[in-house]
Amino acid sequence: MSSILTAGNLILQRSGTEVFTLDSLVVREGEVLAIIGPNGVGKSTLLLTLAQIIEPLSGEIAFHGNPLNTQDTLDYRRQIAVMLQDPLLLNDTVFNNVATGLRFRGTPRRQIEELVMTWLARLGIDHLRDRSAKRLSGGEAQRVSLARALVLNPELLFLDEPFRALDAPTRAGLLADFRILLADVSMTTLLVTHDLDQALLLADRVAIILEGGLRQCDAPEQVFSAPADVGVANFVGVDTVLPGVVTAVESGQMIVEVAGMSLEAVGQFDLGQQVLFCLRPEDITLWAAGKLPATSARNLLTGRVESTAPQGALVRVVVQCQDNGGGKALMVKALITRNSAQEMEISPGKQVQLTFKASAVHCIPR
Amino acid sequence: MEMIWDGLQQAFALFVHGDPEIFQITWLSLRVSGTAILVSIIIGVPLGTMLALSESRARKFWLSIVHTGMALPPVVVGLVISILLWRTGPLGVLGLMYTPAAMTTAQFIIAAPIVMGLTVSGLQQLDPRLKDQLMGLGASRLQVVWLLWREAKLPLFAAVMVGFGRVIAEVGASMMVGGNLKSSTRVLTTAIVLENSKGNFALAIALSAILLSLVFAITLGLTWIQQKELR
Repeated sequence: MSSILTAGNLILQRSGTEVFTLDSLVVREGEVLAIIGPNGVGKSTLLLTLAQIIEPLSGEIAFHGNPLNTQDTLDYRRQIAVMLQDPLLLNDTVFNNVATGLRFRGTPRRQIEELVMTWLARLGIDHLRDRSAKRLSGGEAQRVSLARALVLNPELLFLDEPFRALDAPTRAGLLADFRILLADVSMTTLLVTHDLDQALLLADRVAIILEGGLRQCDAPEQVFSAPADVGVANFVGVDTVLPGVVTAVESGQMIVEVAGMSLEAVGQFDLGQQVLFCLRPEDITLWAAGKLPATSARNLLTGRVESTAPQGALVRVVVQCQDNGGGKALMVKALITRNSAQEMEISPGKQVQLTFKASAVHCIPR
Repeated sequence: MEMIWDGLQQAFALFVHGDPEIFQITWLSLRVSGTAILVSIIIGVPLGTMLALSESRARKFWLSIVHTGMALPPVVVGLVISILLWRTGPLGVLGLMYTPAAMTTAQFIIAAPIVMGLTVSGLQQLDPRLKDQLMGLGASRLQVVWLLWREAKLPLFAAVMVGFGRVIAEVGASMMVGGNLKSSTRVLTTAIVLENSKGNFALAIALSAILLSLVFAITLGLTWIQQKELR
């Protein structure tokens, strides 16, 4: 897959203040690249810089391998389309809003009519054609905004948290339609979001931006199951990150000693190497003490529930586990369904057993 | 009360009988203030737009200058223009003192900061990301500015109304740089001052009624256009 946009040694700024440095980023043709990171880290600044709406302090951006300079800006911006977080519609009809970018490009009137009506229909809002943009619901306005970007048939589509301002049911509906549309048009897309689920649903690759810059850019499964560092691990929801040391290695399998307990993991590390032992909460299975069935999981811990807290449809359970001697303790966090929590009568103080597979463990050098 | 009623009757009579001097004074008032506001729009709106969109650190400084200009006393403007255009002044060679051009210049200096300042505040009321969004759809700088003006047309209309209201009603600067010369630089406000000083209260009231009607008619027209956009 060839690259459509590359950026190197970019120092990003906002109102003259340096935001962060991006060593390198490549957007491949046809892919959906999600840029995720916490609020305020500079994701939107990165998007606006890559779209050449704001200038970087320094660095290079190349489109189809050709470095962009300030003279090319308008030409480049007419090959891309940007959709920001809020719809930001003009005080005009839906039709005229969707036609805005086409008029900027001097598209003939008849072609505008045809293209706008096609995209209004594809997004299910053709009945709103003559309605004032000020009289639309949040979901309708966002569909108009999406149509306004897609009607341009851009080589590269930039989306900045496009579904953030919507309520949950509206967001789910638009997200589902958008996913189908994206697959249908195969449009190269750079999506900025702080929502991990959206990134997982839509993206072919995920770039994690944390304080200090780009920390990892990989396939979503890789980023979520094998974060590059502890910052990425924390951001992608790896709740259990424990210091350990490799005590045995054999053909890709290792024993890691964590808080006096020997746990099995998969990986290639040297004997004696200090590592961070990472576990996703949904990879841990919880059992009421004494109810453990036969299992292929290589790791078994026993502990006491410290606390529980609802997390959406699930329950987050914090378990304090101790080594056999009852000395050192470690905290492990698991996510279980509400049903499971009720069936096992999970509550603080309850004795439980935890199992997880060696392949669920990801180790990061310390 | 009788005096006011006489004045209003006289105003009506002056209109009905088509007094040529009154028409000449009214026309000059409109011409001077209309030209001043037009030039203020042509210069003030783009400068106000630059100021509103600028990210320069000096913006606050320039904005405070503009805001000070919005409260410029007309007599101070009249004094400065008089000094500049006086026969022995730096621009005396132009021979503009006591001409409608001098009055227009003075009124422009009064109106331009108002138009500029209200343009800045009108554009700053828009979502600052709208500019980014339009650029992201492929707008050139001119297309961005045009659409921002369209989005801010209600406050921009208000800027024109306020500016026009200020200059058509001012008297100090027009008196100082125009001289209130009959058939040459006499406008409604200076004529009102003159008739008032002569004790011709009925005529002064008549001229005031004409001035008020004029301002009302123009403001009504602008308000009608402005409010039409809200529907």
